[in-house]
Amino acid sequence: MATQHSRSAARLMMAPAVVLLLGWMLVPLTMTLYFSFKRYLPLRGGDLGWVGFENYTRFVTSSAFWPSIQTTLLIVGGVLVITVVLGVLLAILLNQPMWGQGVVRILVIAPFFVMPTVSALVWKNMFMDPNYGLLAHLWKFFGAAPVEWLSQASLPSIILIVSWQWLPFATLILLTAIQSLDGEQLEAAEMDGAPAYKRFGYITLPHLGRAITVVILIQTIFLLSIFAEIFVTTGGAFGTKTLSYLIFQRVLESQNVGLGSAGGVYAIILANIVAIFLMRIVGKNLDA
Amino acid sequence: MGQIQLNQVTKSFGSVEVIPPLDLTIEDGEFCVFVGPSGCGKSTLLRLIAGLEDVSSGMISIDGADATQTPPAKRGLAMVFQSYALYPHMSVRKNIAFPMKMAGIDQAEQNRRIDAAAKALNLTDYLDRRPGQLSGGQRQRVAIGRAIVREPAAFLFDEPLSNLDAALRVGMRLEISELHERLATTMIYVTHDQVEAMTMADKIVVLRAGVIEQVGSPLDLYNRPDNLFVAGFIGSPKMNFIEGPEAAKYGAHTIGIRPEHIDVTDASGPWSGKVGVAEHLGSDTFLHVHDTGLAETITVRAPGEVQLHYGDAIHMSPRAELMHRFDANGLRMA
Repeated sequence: MATQHSRSAARLMMAPAVVLLLGWMLVPLTMTLYFSFKRYLPLRGGDLGWVGFENYTRFVTSSAFWPSIQTTLLIVGGVLVITVVLGVLLAILLNQPMWGQGVVRILVIAPFFVMPTVSALVWKNMFMDPNYGLLAHLWKFFGAAPVEWLSQASLPSIILIVSWQWLPFATLILLTAIQSLDGEQLEAAEMDGAPAYKRFGYITLPHLGRAITVVILIQTIFLLSIFAEIFVTTGGAFGTKTLSYLIFQRVLESQNVGLGSAGGVYAIILANIVAIFLMRIVGKNLDA
Repeated sequence: MGQIQLNQVTKSFGSVEVIPPLDLTIEDGEFCVFVGPSGCGKSTLLRLIAGLEDVSSGMISIDGADATQTPPAKRGLAMVFQSYALYPHMSVRKNIAFPMKMAGIDQAEQNRRIDAAAKALNLTDYLDRRPGQLSGGQRQRVAIGRAIVREPAAFLFDEPLSNLDAALRVGMRLEISELHERLATTMIYVTHDQVEAMTMADKIVVLRAGVIEQVGSPLDLYNRPDNLFVAGFIGSPKMNFIEGPEAAKYGAHTIGIRPEHIDVTDASGPWSGKVGVAEHLGSDTFLHVHDTGLAETITVRAPGEVQLHYGDAIHMSPRAELMHRFDANGLRMA
């Protein structure tokens, strides 16, 4: 009886949080769906009635749609590759006993604490500016013409900025994973005649499999919706318009809430496709 | 082949000298056990031989060739770790194959050796399982299998049985001893358990604080311990030590008498006391005797079942010819 009672009491006490979370999720979702079937132009007549699936067809047939999907996937993929590869290497490096280990670890994590907007501004103005940026000075020092990063190499630049932000996250997770690796396993492999790079390939990397899975899953979820970095640097120009940026433009710049909402529904679908896809590929790693 | 020689080997971690200069020769085919209390440097010594630690000074030679600077993989030694150190993401077969794969042995030969090792260690049914699906004893056998297939010059065991339960430990002890008889390869075995040392070893090396206290066969150590430390460490239950006037009677600072060398006698025995705890094992009875006036407790091992219980007064007589005499420095007298 006691367990029964405490269970129903627990349900009762959890209810407000559940209702709040559910409302938090359901209200915007319902509103998005609602607006996506309407012609709604706030500055040009407001609510102009139901239009069926017109917004959906207009959104996908727009010339900006497929390039934005491509850009989104390129940024997500690029950042994932960079953060996972460098994250593994940094984690191995930070796992070595060295002087000032604690300070170095905190420094490595630091970029994660910088707000996306701020870090994008810092990169744009302090590093990538073709006149007075640090990279321009470096190029000039070697006698080369400074690169106009954000217009000539806009996509790689944004991938660089975002990678810089997310590298600490990947490093941190992979470092904790690498610390749980049994040192005797590496010693056994050493005695078995495996040189350092094979010990990495056969022992360390498989041990990190699960942590890499977690990093990829979490980062993908957040990277699909990156916005601030693009808004602050290129404003969506030079082929850096992602799906979320396109939606932003439809709603705020074109003042077409209906069209933007339809895009939002597509974004939800895309996120789910990617999520299912990832779960299928890497989810196996989580079972073992 | 597998003769291992240590010549004036030392090891320091920073300013702490773990192993002062040490000489030791392990003959080819010998089962040598390093035994001592925890922290005595026995594992460090094994790791020095394996090459997992670098010696601070001195020389290690294997089969007469200087191996001091040889990397661990090239020394031709195989090690079985306390935690087994199996590769969790590989099947048993792949675990056993790993050293051969690293050595570039061809597939047919690999399979032949895996099958032979699996048969010898009763692992044939488990070859496709992962280590996580095996019991402790099976994991231990996989670790040994991984060592066997390399056909090493010597096996190094680092407390391999300490993670097993008591019954399995006895079984594995026998299996390792049998393996040694069959392979006739040098084995170096580290343990803190003197029973393992006594039952398995050809040669026991007793270590304390990095110093070799005594080297000898199990029965040498049992019959003629060089000092108080070895006398107290080897043998179970522990040897009784008596100081003071009783020891002076025998012309020694301390006398030692093993529990099995004290007889329970009627009223005639020279020593007397009150039985404290009596442990009835069936085959033997261990009596812990108090109020003897000799030492705090005297342990007596009486064969068979003895009807003595808590509080009973008894008389005991030591067998004088089996008594050990030690001087004030704890060293054996004649």
